[in-house]
Amino acid sequence: MDAVVFFICAAAVVVGALGVIAGRNPVHSALFLLLTLVSIAVLYLQQHAALVAAIQIVVYASAIVVLFLFVITLLGVDKQEAPDDAHPVQRVAAIVLGALALTGILVLVHGNRWVTGAHSTRGALGTAESGNVETLAKSLFTDFFWAFEITAVLLVIAVVGSVVLARRSGHRAEAPDADANDAEAGEPGARADGERTPA
Amino acid sequence: MSALAYPDHITATYYLILAAILFTIGAVGLLVRKNTLVMFMCIELMLNAANLTFVSYANALNDISGQVIVFFTLVVAAAEVAVGLAIIIAIFRRRQSVNADDVDLLKG
Repeated sequence: MDAVVFFICAAAVVVGALGVIAGRNPVHSALFLLLTLVSIAVLYLQQHAALVAAIQIVVYASAIVVLFLFVITLLGVDKQEAPDDAHPVQRVAAIVLGALALTGILVLVHGNRWVTGAHSTRGALGTAESGNVETLAKSLFTDFFWAFEITAVLLVIAVVGSVVLARRSGHRAEAPDADANDAEAGEPGARADGERTPA
Repeated sequence: MSALAYPDHITATYYLILAAILFTIGAVGLLVRKNTLVMFMCIELMLNAANLTFVSYANALNDISGQVIVFFTLVVAAAEVAVGLAIIIAIFRRRQSVNADDVDLLKG
């Protein structure tokens, strides 16, 4: 049963990933990404990572994919794009290099044990009595507390950065004169103007 | 914790090979595509491959820290998406395009 679930999900993961990079329409790519993310959540569940699977659905499959779709529709780029055949050499080289990298990974570890090292250095995954959530939370708020606080700082910086980036553009859009100047002036001038505006 | 061992043949090796394949697909996509939105999705694929590896090792070694690390990866991914999409919007407003080849101001 486990094997059946694994192979179905693995096939869905690979099909979704290939769909992401093969799709001509960004919306289709986003939906294929959703397929991959949900399948990976099932694989997490299979590996006794219930909380991580739930977070995967809530954060990745919901928030991030919806954010992608929102930006796609906001920018209006949800149309078929011409097949980008400007760099056929680059495409072939990328595929060859990717195949080489994958072969390298698989050959390097072929015949060796994939999993070595000490077991349960930070505590076991959790038992039936104390579930996955409790075990994970205990580790997160004791062993990894410093990292937890630092990620909070990182999130604040990211949010402030996004707001600054969005506001700079919005501010310029409010002033039609500045927009006209931007369009007429060359790129260097426009860029200097953009640099000065927030100050 | 022998209860966590699998009753059949799906070992960590299968998951790790799948993660390697997923990472390779993401890397190839990042190199091949020129739509910056799709390139971002490929970065998400690679991050997910890394997360799958972490969870697989957490399960194989019966160690909770692998799953905790996934949380931090998720936070970094969320922050990266927020900032990256803001940058894409800013570029689109100036260039009317999301094609990576159109952003060539530094090209000599």
